[in-house]
Amino acid sequence: MYYISMVLMSTKIDLILKKYKPGRREDLIPMLQEIQDDSGYLSEEAIIRAGSFVGLSTTKIYGLATFYDQFRFLPAGKVQIKICNGTSCFLNGSQYVINKIMEETGLDPGQTGRDGIFSYEIETCMGGCNHGPVISVNGEYHTHIKADQLPELIKKLRYIIENE
Amino acid sequence: MVFTIQVNNKKIRAEKGETILSALNRNGIIIPTLCRMKDFTPTGACRMCVVEVEGRDRLVTACSQPVEEWMKIKTHSPRVITARKTIVELLLSNHPDDCLYCDRNLDCELQRLAEELNISERRIRSKKIKPRLDQSSPAIVRELSKCILCGRCIRVCEEIITSTSIDFINKGKSTHVGPAMDRDFNFSSCIHCGQCVVVCPTAALHEKHNITEVQEYLNKPEILKVIQYSPLVPVGIAEELGIRYNRDFDRIINSVLRKIGFDKVFNTGTGTDICISELTDQLMERIENKADKPLYITACPAWVKYAEQFMPSVIPDLSTIKSPQQITGVLIKTLVAGQSAVKPEKIFSVSVTPCTAMKFEARRDGMMRKGISDVDAVLTIRELARLIRLYGIDVTNADQEPADEPMEGRSSVSAIAEVSGGLAEGVIRSAWFRISKTEAERQLFKKLRSGNSFREASFSIGEIEINVAVVDGLKGLEKLKASQAAGKRYDLIEVMTCPGGCINGAGLTFNGSKDEKKSRAKMIYQADESDAVSLPCKSPVLRNLYEKLIKENKEISDKKIFYTHFEKRNVLL
Amino acid sequence: MDDLKKFMIEKVLLFESDTLPAETEKVLQEVRREKTGFPVIYISSGTSSIIAGYEKTRSVIQAYIDDNALKASLIKVGCLGPANFEPLVCIHLPGKNKLYFRNITEEKVELLLNGVFHNDINEDDLAGQQGSHGFEMWSGIPFIEEMPFFARQKKIVMNNCGCYDPESIVEYIARNGFRAFAKAIRHYTFEEVCDIIERSGLRGRSGGGYLTGLKWKQALNTSSTSRYLICNAKESDPGAFTDRTLLESDPFRLIEGIAIASYAIGASNAIIFFRKGSEHARQIIQLAINKAREFGLLGHNIFSSGYNLDIVIRKEPGAFVCGEETALINTIEGRRGMPQLKPPFPTTSGLFSKPTVINNVETLMNVPVIMQNGPEWFRTLGTENSPGTKIFAIAGKGRMSGVVEVEMGTSVRTILEDIADGIKEGKEFKAIQVGGVSGSFITRDNLDMTIDFDVMKAKGIGMGAGGFVIIDENTCMVDLVRYYMEFMRNESCGKCIPCREGTGRMLEILESIIKKPLNEDSGTTLERFKGVMQLESIASVMKDTSLCGLGQTAPNPFLSALKNFREEFEEHIFDRKCRANICRGLRTFSIDVDKCTGCTACASKCPVNAIYGTRLQPFFIVEEKCTGCGICFDICKFSAITVK
Repeated sequence: MYYISMVLMSTKIDLILKKYKPGRREDLIPMLQEIQDDSGYLSEEAIIRAGSFVGLSTTKIYGLATFYDQFRFLPAGKVQIKICNGTSCFLNGSQYVINKIMEETGLDPGQTGRDGIFSYEIETCMGGCNHGPVISVNGEYHTHIKADQLPELIKKLRYIIENE
Repeated sequence: MVFTIQVNNKKIRAEKGETILSALNRNGIIIPTLCRMKDFTPTGACRMCVVEVEGRDRLVTACSQPVEEWMKIKTHSPRVITARKTIVELLLSNHPDDCLYCDRNLDCELQRLAEELNISERRIRSKKIKPRLDQSSPAIVRELSKCILCGRCIRVCEEIITSTSIDFINKGKSTHVGPAMDRDFNFSSCIHCGQCVVVCPTAALHEKHNITEVQEYLNKPEILKVIQYSPLVPVGIAEELGIRYNRDFDRIINSVLRKIGFDKVFNTGTGTDICISELTDQLMERIENKADKPLYITACPAWVKYAEQFMPSVIPDLSTIKSPQQITGVLIKTLVAGQSAVKPEKIFSVSVTPCTAMKFEARRDGMMRKGISDVDAVLTIRELARLIRLYGIDVTNADQEPADEPMEGRSSVSAIAEVSGGLAEGVIRSAWFRISKTEAERQLFKKLRSGNSFREASFSIGEIEINVAVVDGLKGLEKLKASQAAGKRYDLIEVMTCPGGCINGAGLTFNGSKDEKKSRAKMIYQADESDAVSLPCKSPVLRNLYEKLIKENKEISDKKIFYTHFEKRNVLL
Repeated sequence: MDDLKKFMIEKVLLFESDTLPAETEKVLQEVRREKTGFPVIYISSGTSSIIAGYEKTRSVIQAYIDDNALKASLIKVGCLGPANFEPLVCIHLPGKNKLYFRNITEEKVELLLNGVFHNDINEDDLAGQQGSHGFEMWSGIPFIEEMPFFARQKKIVMNNCGCYDPESIVEYIARNGFRAFAKAIRHYTFEEVCDIIERSGLRGRSGGGYLTGLKWKQALNTSSTSRYLICNAKESDPGAFTDRTLLESDPFRLIEGIAIASYAIGASNAIIFFRKGSEHARQIIQLAINKAREFGLLGHNIFSSGYNLDIVIRKEPGAFVCGEETALINTIEGRRGMPQLKPPFPTTSGLFSKPTVINNVETLMNVPVIMQNGPEWFRTLGTENSPGTKIFAIAGKGRMSGVVEVEMGTSVRTILEDIADGIKEGKEFKAIQVGGVSGSFITRDNLDMTIDFDVMKAKGIGMGAGGFVIIDENTCMVDLVRYYMEFMRNESCGKCIPCREGTGRMLEILESIIKKPLNEDSGTTLERFKGVMQLESIASVMKDTSLCGLGQTAPNPFLSALKNFREEFEEHIFDRKCRANICRGLRTFSIDVDKCTGCTACASKCPVNAIYGTRLQPFFIVEEKCTGCGICFDICKFSAITVK
């Protein structure tokens, strides 16, 4: 099973790389972005393959990818939460929301729990300044979130995932 | 175009196009720098070299800003000094502060800056950076908590060594320097050349020390303590100890090593002579067989690892002869063991080199027979100097003594092999002597001795023509590949990892200026002019070994122990 | 469709005269839906609307139309401006003025549409009617253009925003679009276009205020054979969303602006650099680029002028610092997005070492307007040295919020009191923060300052890219400064020491001010004071020595807050008090003996065991142990815990 998924992933990466011309460093970031959009994270294999495709050492690719917040090196959780921490949301108390999520999930931003259910990221501004604090759960927005609403939300989400 | 600019209310001469820093330095004004490296484009990361330029809102980095005629510069105004001081204080605010225990104590650029800027109080305080120590590599230790992220190691590794084994990882406060996937060094493509160690301003990267291990064995009476040193060691030790080197020192070193407690002292140069002699055999054989492909020769373990990782296609053409250190090592564990009637496992064999990669080489597969290593511990010249100081030996008052038989001497060309191009020169000169029975003119080798990172020359010995290429620093590989791709054929190719060869090795003193490095090469060439024993085949030591000792020893008479094997390496490239 | 396309190209874009014949105008009017025989419902569809529930509202409206078999069309448009009205629905009945309804969430749709179609309009949801010539007005309904929010604005760049379907290139052309570009490539040389923009006095809207025409000329006057134009749509300041709104509402104008700018500098490759969160905007722009290519406005030999242009989109992979020009170039080239030393400036050696002009979205969207109306007209707007308008994203505690466009020279007070309609919930005004995370505060004393590059610079306030955050008395300035510093610490690239270490140290010191340490003895108090004394000196060294704008401006909010709100800092440091009651660490909690039932809930949850007592008796809090986390306050069901 594991082997099959590895082979699958490998062909998926191939399909993406095929769209680009080899040896062009400027294609590196779009390429990695596409791989991440496709598989949710950058596996070691993806980094090595992208590196040899562009003709750069893995060291450079890893150094580059870790510079940017977007790239993750572990699969994201089934529930991906994004929390807006723009100035407006901050003024409306997004810090309490972030702290609460941290507390409820026991995770740091960008981490994924061992159960693979949750992962969350802090966004600089999601554009809902008038409705803050805003969070998005798997793409669905929740506005005017208060910290004390979160335990129930998290519980509900966990229940849904666990009983899927 | 030359014009004058005003610096600290005085006029100084500056040239159009140069940076403020170079104009200031030429006029005797010193500006502190941290991230700057000579001959590299400035990155402006450390901001130490800031100066005040009238009319500019902010301070300007002297390392990058070109001078202009209108400039009025203040180099040490209160504003500038405060800025520099604050920058160093910021660095110190979370620095581990364990100077007394630090590898670079008294020889640290950060420490020196703190002292120069008169920092005597901790004004900015922060939590110490969590220590993170990577000791996985046999040659290089990474102490991330001491890193100030100047980026010099990364640039050397990428631009000079071209192995690109380290880079910045993450950003902002969690930036650190490390190999691919943030693994430890032993999984990485690091070739252990140690050039990063040379440029590191602090002890964030330093060689792995084997002093303690050596000390431990020095105290074991039942063990035969043996040491070998490469031809560059006497020069390097003199430099590190701050004394003027002369030829006498080549003999003083023997008594010094004996004083430390080594029972036998050998010259690695004898190993080099064997190496050259074997390589000459190989070359002659290839010429006879009219081989199509070049013979890659080297004494550089870093390049060997590089080839195994990045250029596996050359491995079949890479001479499998061991390096001089390892050759001397096997002779110690076989011949010397036999002569001294000691079992090989009761010998502790130490090697002193100007190189960090040799530490790695001694641990390679194939450098061990029947569970006994060819070489047990490798010390850099810096480590040996520490050992000398530790044992309180006054080098200036030591006697001159010869090294021990049977590896007590070397030909002068074996020292040249520590300069880039030297090994090739040695092989060609030996071949020349064998074919024409006369010595080749030294001048013929000028083209091989200095120049670019890629040098080539052609030698005609009688009817034989030999095309030689020398790659001086791995950067030259690109040119070699291009030249080969263009159809040029070579018979002999020598590759050295460090630019200039072992004279710029990572085991030598940190403070060596460019002039000192040049003088290292000059001394070696001068010695070669005057020495009677210029070639391995003229060396009585070697003759004795080859014709008698090796021949008579059944274990080694087939000379197989001088050879090893290389193969493609799977690391994260 | 192809007929319309052909018509638009031949009869409109390539028409030689500036004034179009009447029959052409008639077709355009139809495209603009000015004369329709059936009701049209417009719904705004920007990110802000999506967050407010646009998707659901739209599908309910569509269902309503389908269920009732209405002959009406539902058009999604960009964002009109007021974010607090989202989802904003506009209904245009044939022959009548447009009616705007605010906050139309899904459950309100049926009632609203029933009302409108049966002439019974629900006043609660009504924002107003839009007066237009030749349409019947609704009696007794206010005009939205008379609302201060709209009345005080001057919509030049945003005049299309919220008025047309951002996916329809035909509508854009019908609104005078792409004609300036078509004219420029056929009738002007590169230099002439640069000249027009230089004469207009347009200054870069990203904060620096550099003359755009001059920047273009610098790139044009290099000997290089290829050049690049980069549209910086990075806008990653928290709380700024002007660019995103513009992109979503009027994508074609940006394309036109990029096209003209690229032509002016002789670049045949342009790149739009997007922030990572703006997926919606990116899709819209990608669609717009495809449409423009279809219409022959991009590609090879555009309109037989011999000029080639291609625009590609690059998604920023998530680093604030790559909004800086050199870092942006590094990112596009596929390197770590770390800023580089200047000189060389990008206009001489930028992307792939070729001359590169980097302009932001707002700047580029000004270009078509200037090309249409001429530089002299543009100079009549705004002030002498800052002509034109400026777009702000009003956020924070104002009654109104959203994206607004004001003429340069408008006073800050007008924006605050008229456009934003003052402070929400009748709270006291404290400050306005402009210029995003590296900006400064405008206090009551400076409210009469006008929006003008030079006036603001003289006051030490950078205009920034368009953030306009209104802060009320409920905000703690120290905490806000800490928030900005935390942002900067996280986003510093780590290259230069003053920025990397400076932001970290400043943040730590600020944190020590707003937190109560666990065991405060005289030593740590002294340390805290010592730290505070270093704040200003670290800040000034950072400003003086940092490599790029991020580090140089990172201390700005702190320095500005310290200048204007010093007493708040002192209160925090000396009295350990936060007047806005925001800094949780400084709060003191006590238990009201009369209300406490002794339920033990608080004591069991206290993380530092600072609450003692006997079951069913009133409990008490040991102040020395309390860290002020507030868990007990949240957990108490009897409101027995009081905060001071």
